[in-house]
Formats: sequence, structure tokens, C-alpha cells
Amino acid sequence: MLILGSILVQLLHLALVLAAAPLVIGLVRWLKARMMGRRGASPLQPWRDLLKLLRKRPVLAENASVISEVAPFAGFAATAVAVALVPSFARGMLLAPVGDLVLLAGLLALARMALALAGMDVGTAFGGMGAAREMSFSAFAEPALLLCVLTFAILAGTTNLDAVSATFHDGALGLRVSLGLAAVAMLAVAVAENGRIPVDNPATHLELTMVHEAMLLEASGRHLALWDYAAALRLTLWLALVAAVFLPFGAAPAGSGPLAWLVGLLAWAVKMGGLCLMLAGFESAVAKMRVFRVPEFLGAALLLALLAAALLFVSTGLA
Amino acid sequence: MLTALALGLLGFPLLAALALPLGRRGGLVVHGGSAGLCLLLALAAGGSLGFGLPEGVLGLPFGPAWGGAGLAMDGLSAWFLLLLGLAGASASVFALGGPPRGLVAWPLFLFGMALALLAADSFTLLLGFEAMSVASWALVALDHREESNRAAARLYLVFAALAGLCLVAAFGLLGAVEFAAIRAVPPEGWRANAVLVLALLGAGTKAGLVPLHAWLPLAHAAAPSHASALMSGVMTKVALYVLARLLLDLAGPVQPGWWGLPLLALGAASAVFGALRANLEEDTKTLLACSTIEHVGLVTMGLGLALLFRGADLGALAALAAGAALLHALAHGLFKTLLFLVAGAVLHAAGSRRLDRLGGLIHAMPRTAVLALVGLGAAAALPPLSGFASEWLLLQALLAGWRLDEFGAQMAAAAALALVAMAAALAAAAMLRFFGMAFLGRPRSPRGAGAREAGRFELLALLLPAGLTLLIGLVPGAALALAEPAIRLLAGAAQVPAQGIAQGVGLAAGEGQAGLLPLSVALLLGLAGVGAWAVIRWRSPGATRRGPVWNCGFIDPPEHLIFGDPLSQPSAAGLAQPLRRMLGGALLAGREAVAMPSPGETRPARLEAGFADPSGRFLLTPAARLRDAVAAQVERLRDLSIRGCLSMAFGTLVGLLALLAWLEGG
Repeated sequence: MLILGSILVQLLHLALVLAAAPLVIGLVRWLKARMMGRRGASPLQPWRDLLKLLRKRPVLAENASVISEVAPFAGFAATAVAVALVPSFARGMLLAPVGDLVLLAGLLALARMALALAGMDVGTAFGGMGAAREMSFSAFAEPALLLCVLTFAILAGTTNLDAVSATFHDGALGLRVSLGLAAVAMLAVAVAENGRIPVDNPATHLELTMVHEAMLLEASGRHLALWDYAAALRLTLWLALVAAVFLPFGAAPAGSGPLAWLVGLLAWAVKMGGLCLMLAGFESAVAKMRVFRVPEFLGAALLLALLAAALLFVSTGLA
Repeated sequence: MLTALALGLLGFPLLAALALPLGRRGGLVVHGGSAGLCLLLALAAGGSLGFGLPEGVLGLPFGPAWGGAGLAMDGLSAWFLLLLGLAGASASVFALGGPPRGLVAWPLFLFGMALALLAADSFTLLLGFEAMSVASWALVALDHREESNRAAARLYLVFAALAGLCLVAAFGLLGAVEFAAIRAVPPEGWRANAVLVLALLGAGTKAGLVPLHAWLPLAHAAAPSHASALMSGVMTKVALYVLARLLLDLAGPVQPGWWGLPLLALGAASAVFGALRANLEEDTKTLLACSTIEHVGLVTMGLGLALLFRGADLGALAALAAGAALLHALAHGLFKTLLFLVAGAVLHAAGSRRLDRLGGLIHAMPRTAVLALVGLGAAAALPPLSGFASEWLLLQALLAGWRLDEFGAQMAAAAALALVAMAAALAAAAMLRFFGMAFLGRPRSPRGAGAREAGRFELLALLLPAGLTLLIGLVPGAALALAEPAIRLLAGAAQVPAQGIAQGVGLAAGEGQAGLLPLSVALLLGLAGVGAWAVIRWRSPGATRRGPVWNCGFIDPPEHLIFGDPLSQPSAAGLAQPLRRMLGGALLAGREAVAMPSPGETRPARLEAGFADPSGRFLLTPAARLRDAVAAQVERLRDLSIRGCLSMAFGTLVGLLALLAWLEGG
């Protein structure tokens, strides 16, 4: 029975996240437009775009290799598996024992590598530039992320995401300075990994400033649809990750029934809506920074995360 | 069993002796024979690990007067012998496809490494180690017509001599010759600390740890591809084996925990430095050699962590760190062999090692490209390949570093964690640059445009390490179950729980800390990929169309530039630009300068970019200056009178006698 429940939760979670991902992107765009005084397209627009792209026949460059055709699927698969591991409305999903935070970082790295390979496949200047920049940013984002994981591992004694979320929910950790610092660091990493302002501008049309979009310049049709969908999934994943770790309240515990799931679903919708509002507000308030200022931005996140771990060392040493 | 192994070892010198009369026709015999013997070694090592290790020591009929020479195989030697056998077999098969060269040195190189691994006493170990150094030097110097290769071989010889000297001194300080006798009376006090320093200097030089790595990128690039594959994949591991043997086994079951800190620091520095330099190099083999520095650093960090946890009596975590080091040593040995052989196949097919002369090879060499992708994924620590499994273990060991009870050690582990993550991301960038420049895009030279797929032997040689990389990545637990005896040996006196890190085919860290089941991850990835493909087929049935590249409207290249305008493709220096600016400026003295023509001048503006390894400025240049100064002083001895010469000889004799008396008395 417990197994059946966990399978059901897993499937529901997957369906929910797959359906919600383009809506999250659409919601952020709509909110940003409203904040800037425009009417904005409906939050459903990304879904319409995806369906339109699927109907179009993809055009590949003459010298495109099999990489251009396979990489979208590889990148999408890695992101989809990663997003299946991050709990949304309930804990105790079927894949919870596999859901390790280090594995999550590895899956995101796999998706990033697939995207960068596709960007370099045709040998265009912008694709190569975007790939080199994306990989360079990750050299600063990954250490910051793992130091955040260290803070969680010290507090929860494990790097399993489900267990971390459960501990932070039940453990009554209260407000902790370390957790606050780690939250700031994690948000900075999330902004960088998703290519949002101030690190990268997802709405830019100027190739020289592109990072993520530069790798997609040659993609079209269903390939572009897959890349866009994977990007939406990745944003959803990061928001859900932040929600699962720092805002674990409301989520249905393992082995609970449909009523608790409904409550969890409402709580998740509220949390995600709030995070989208935060993201839109932040993006409207700050300007994009120069590419070579990004290491400073992520370096600050790295130091904050290190400080969080150090504070924990000191406090456990005193206790 | 040991007798059979010893007889098998004798086969290598026999092959070397056969190569002399056979001359250049002996390629098939020597390389084929080496491949066969290597496979037998791998079988013997793997079989012993699976079904019980041979007991006792096989005495050899020679050796020093004050102790017996012998061969023995315990868990640690069998694990590294397994790597030697597998990588040696692949490299030998690869050599079958090329011109027969270095036929005497090749079997002797393999012999030296196997002897060093199987030695049961310091004499035999050093004998094997030096045979390995000399034979590999001969392989590095094989293309001695080129000035740069001669320089690389010379530098290599100097560093090999330094390593040998330090190791002789380290083993000398242990007091006895046989390992069993040393274990009975481990060194103490200043002697033990001197062993630590000498072992780090000696084995660290040979393994290529920062700051003694200057020789490695040069020598590994100069040797023929199959030799550089083995030097990178296995020879550095033999050096790490010696390091582990000296510090974690022979120096006694209990050392102070701080012994791990220098290993952790040197390893972390090597990891980041090597990975960053791999991003800036513009030669395929040099780039791969720099990535070797990174991975050697990661293994060293695992060993250092094992020492730290041992000192704190955390047995389970010491086993975790030791398992990470061992698994990463095996994984790296295999995937780096694969990548070097790929670089060799590319060199044969496209005629260049320079990234700026390659490109678009995925069209001409599709099979090589797919196998290269396996190696690239493992080197970039992507799931579900072997490099991810071992780096996952290392990260888990570092994530448990807060259980050490000293603030300093905790902070060191946290900093090391960040540096490992940075090194992994840098390695991914370096591997992307390697693959993207060599295999993707358009050809950058006429020779590269005419490339053909690699030959039968070369593809066969790539297949073995690629298959093993995938296999170890999918079932790391099964691989680590083989390493169980070695893990127990490295975890030392600390209590290792019966339930190890290997859980079925997956991995488990600490007591319920985390688990990894790569098989299920691979299954999920496959499911997601196939599911997406099915949905796409259903919703978007239209066939793909081919058209000219869009490239943001950039005009097509003119007819007379059949490879396209090369400047419209990213160059090796261009791809390195972000990291050269972000990290390279501080760590590698990276520089960029634009030379603008003055108004009215017709020459083009040029962008000069480059970097300089600080070890050249801070280590090699002062060392060379010191050498010249000493040589100038020694030159003055020539002018001594006969009286002066005699009194100097007498003084030396008296000094040595006094030293002997002091040592005997003390």
C-alpha cells in the first residue's frame, strides 16, 4: 500500500511539474510585464509557443552532426530526471531514496554539457562563445551549491533531499543564521544556473551579451521546443528545490492520503507563486551585469555559503 | 599463484629481448605479447580480489645482502595491478595499429610497473620504480629529432631522478627492507615525519602533484600516444600506490591525523590548478596531461582524507575516503587511457595535436567520436559514468568532514569540498573544449578535412576502456566490492563496519548519509529520453530539413576558402578566454594584449593571449640558476693541487666514518 502510494505520488508529481513548468516561465514573464507597466502576454503563452514549435519542421545546418539531433533529448532527459527527484506537494515519492543532492548537481551538469555540445556542433562563433561562458560560470556556481549542501548535511546528517526536507520540516530547527546565509547563496546560484538577470538576460536579442540563448541560435522546431521546455523545467526545479529546503511547511509527509496531498498542492502553489513574484521583482529591480563581473557575484555566494558552514562549525563546537 | 605471476612477469623482459633480433618486424610479437600478458595480469589480479588473495611472500633469488627480495600480492597491489593489466592491454593493442617503435622500452615499462606493484620489500619496489622511470624516459625521448621532445625528456629525467632519490631516502629511513619487518617496527618521531616529507616529494613528483608537476604536461605530450596513455593512466597511479603504501600502510597503523592535511592541500591545489590549465592549453595531449594532474590531485585528496579520518578514529568515513581514492584511481586510469588513445587516433587521422588544426572529425570518425564522448563524460564527472561514481564518493567523504572534531580540519574539509566542485566544473569545461574543438564544427585544415576513421586495432583498443568506464559507472558497488581488502588496508587500525560502502551494485556513504544507485539513474535517463522521443514523434512527425548554417546572418565564406573562413569558428584561445580572464589572471599569469596598428598602417590588429605556469618562474628558473652556481663552484675544484685533492678525499672519508659512528651509537 505504501509502495502504491509512493508510486502514485511520484506520477502525480511528475505530471504536475511537467504541466507547471511552462506556466512558471509564463507567470514570471507576466509578472515582470505588469511591474514594468505593460499588459504582458498570458501565462499560458509558453505552452502555446511550445505547441507551435512542435508543429514546425526543424531546420539543421548542412554540417550539423548527430549531436544536434540527440543532444536536445539528452538535455531534456537529464533535466526531467532531476526534476522528478525534487519533492513538490508531498514527500516520500518512489524515487526519494535516489534523490541525492550531489546526484542532482551531476544531472544538471549533464544537461549543461548536452546544451554546450549542441551549441558547438555547427561551429558558429556565438555558439562557442555561449558554451565557453556557460561552462565558466558553473566553475563558480558548483562550489557555492556544494557548500550549501554541506550546511544541509551538517544540520540534517544526510544529503538526501527528501530527508533534508523532512528534517527541516519536523526538526524545529527554528531560524538559523547559517540557514539564512545558505538561502541567499542558493538563490544566487539559482539565478546564475537559470541564466536570469543579472547574470544573463533570457529576453535579450543582442547576441554579444547572450550566454544561454547563444547556444540555441541554430536550434529550431522540435529541438528548440525541447530546449525551451528543459529550461522551463530547470527554473521550476530550482524554485521547487528552494521551496523544499527552506519552505518545507505544508508539504504532505510520506505515506499520507489525498487530503494531505491537496493541502500540499495548495501550499506548493502558494510557495511557487511567491518565489515567482520574488524573482520577477528582483529581475525588474536590478540591471544585467557585465559577463566578467559574474565571478564576483557568484564568489560572494560562495563566501556566504562558506560562512554558513563555518558558523555551524563554531556553534557545534561551543555546544 | 605467486610463482605463476612471477613467471608471467618474466615474460616482459623476454619480449624486450626478442625485440632486439626481430628489429622493426617485431611489432606484432612485442605488442601482441604485451597485450596478452597484461590481460593475464588483469585476470590474475581480478581473480585474486574476487576469490581470495595469495598468502605469503615468494622469495627472489637475488636482492641486497641485508634483506631478502620477494614478491607478494595484497589487496592494494592487486587493485593497482588490475588497472595496469586493463590499461596496458588497451594501450598495447592500440600500438599494434601504429608503426612498431620503442619495442624494447615498452615491455620493460610494463615490467617495471608490475614489479613495483608486486614488490614485498623496498629493494624490489625501487628496482621496479626505477625501471619504470628509465623505460618511460626512453619512450618520451623516442622522437628525439624534435628539439622540444629532447627538452621534455631532459626535464623528465631530472624530475625522475629527484623522485628516485627522495624515495630511496624515504625507504631507507624505514629501517628494514622487507615490508613485514617494517610493519612490525613502524617509524616514530622525526623519522616518521621525515618519511612523510620524503614520500610526498618523491611520489608527488612522479605523480605530478603541484608544484612538482612541471615535467608532466611536456613529457606526456612528447611520448607516443600509447605510451602517454599508460604514463598518464597508470604510471602516476603507481606513484600514488607508493604514496599510499608508505604513508597508510608501512608507516604504521596509527599516525597523527594532521598527516592528512598536507595531502589534502596538495591534492586540492593540483586538482584546481590542473583543471584550469587544461582549459588554457592548445595541444590535445598537453591538455589531457593537465587533466591528469587534476585527477591525481583528487586521488591524493581521498588518501589525505582517509588519514584525517583514521586519526579521528572514524572508521566508516576513513573507509569511505579510501574507497573514493581507490575507485577514482581505477576510473581515471581507464578513462584517461581512453582519452589519450583517442588523441592518438585523432593525431594519426588528422595529422595534428593542435586544437586549432582540428575540427569536424565527428563526420569522418563517428565511432571514435562516440567512444571519446564516453571518456569525456567520465572525465567531466557526469552521471552515470565511472568518474561521477568516484567523485560522488569523494564529495560524500568531504561532506562528512564536519565530523572531525577540530575546527581547522573542518574548515580544511569545507574548503576542499568547494575546490573539488570547482575542479569538477573546470574539468567539464576543459573536456567540452577538447571535444568541441576536435570533433565538432568544421575542419580547420586540409589535413583534418581528409581524415579517415581510426583503424581496426585502434577502435578495438578504445572499446575496452570505454566499456569498462561505462560498466564501472553503472555498477560501482560491484567494482568496490573487489576493492574491499585494499579499503581495509588503507583504513588501518580504525574500525571499519562490516557493511561497507558497496551496497549491491550501488554505493552508500556513511551510516544512512546518502546512497547512489547509478543503474536506476541510467534507467530513468533512458526512460525519459525514450518517452520524450515517443511524444515528439507523435506530436511532430515532420522530417528535419537541411539548410545553410544560420549563424545570425553571417555571410557564407568565399569559394576559395573551402573550409570556410577559419576565423568565424571559435579558436582554442577564444574558448579559453572566459576562464583565462576569470581565474587565469591570478593563478596562471594569464595575459591578453591587443596590438593595434597606428593610423595609416595597413597591418591588421592582433590579439595576443597566453599564460605562464608559475612553477617555471618560481621553481625551475631558480633551480637552474642554483645548478649553474653549483657547477661554477665545482668547476673550481679542478684547479686544486694534488695536496688539496688528497686532503679532500681524506676529509670525506673521516666525515662518513663519523656519520656511521653517530648512526650506530644513536
